[in-house]
Amino acid sequence: MAENEDVIAAITGIEPGSAFAEVVAGRADIMALTQQTHDGALTPENPGGLSHAERAALAWRIAKVNDHKAFEDHFEAMLEKAGAPDNAARLADIWFDGGSDLRTKALIRHVDLVAHAPKEATRRDIELLQEAGIADADIVRLSELVAFVSYQIRVAAGLQLMQELA
Amino acid sequence: MSNIVHDFTTDIPVWKTYVGPLDLAEASAEQLEALKITPSNTKVSDYVLVLAHDVETLKHRSPLFNAVMYNRGGLSRAEREIGAVGASIVNRCIYCAAVHASRYNQLTKDEDVIAAIFSDGVDAQINPRLKAILTFAVKLSKCPPDANAADMAALVEAGLGKDEILDLILSTSLFGWANRLMHTLGEPITE
Repeated sequence: MAENEDVIAAITGIEPGSAFAEVVAGRADIMALTQQTHDGALTPENPGGLSHAERAALAWRIAKVNDHKAFEDHFEAMLEKAGAPDNAARLADIWFDGGSDLRTKALIRHVDLVAHAPKEATRRDIELLQEAGIADADIVRLSELVAFVSYQIRVAAGLQLMQELA
Repeated sequence: MSNIVHDFTTDIPVWKTYVGPLDLAEASAEQLEALKITPSNTKVSDYVLVLAHDVETLKHRSPLFNAVMYNRGGLSRAEREIGAVGASIVNRCIYCAAVHASRYNQLTKDEDVIAAIFSDGVDAQINPRLKAILTFAVKLSKCPPDANAADMAALVEAGLGKDEILDLILSTSLFGWANRLMHTLGEPITE
């Protein structure tokens, strides 16, 4: 688990004591729950079939799909912290489609689809994961990872636009 | 006979999962705690039973969801629903759109706004404040997010305070999350 860190605060550079910090402090409960979910999605105590390194690499990939540099750097650092094994690190390579490994290919395909164009998703996309041998519980873990990171990036992007107002 | 719902509606469909829900007989203590299951409350939706496979996010997600949509102060509950609807339109989550559009209608006792949004999207003829809210929500929901300084300025121009803008960012982003679960892990049907 990350130690009392707030990723969104770090990325948006909220200055303590500023008027903007005061506005965000009005929703301190939500910001804290956001950080707790981040830790639950990236570094869960029970990672199931998705290792911490794979989660960090896929999150880095999602940040790339969302074109958010600060989150790319954040998840890259998490991947390094997780030991950055080569097979996991490749998941973050936007030009890598998984090659001949069925599981890797299915993970990458699904992450790109759900991050970029969730409206296109159908029953068939879940079947492809199942056919690649990914258990239903891991499909849910993967989905939460993509969905949560997509949320967190949008919160930060919105806050960054707000900061430009002040 | 059941049919998949493909068009936006305020009639709430049934959500049918593509993956196996958690079997309560095999649930861990942590999962039961996150599901808030007690002897007097054993009714849990399939959707929540699916999410219970990932209890380490679910246990924070449920209180976070309630805080974003129902916390006191800030943006009105109805306008938070427009953030949710804007995201759900971009991501074409028919189920989420139906639930939150109908909640907007209940809260405001007005069905015209949602009817206009379902018919014309961001070109809907609605009052300037709602239009600024909807436009911002739709653009923030794109991938990559597409909201810009002018969209933010339009919110201020339309009279939103910073606390309200923060709540709009949160409710819109929350549905970028919810849509990516609801629309990808199952489908809306009528029975």
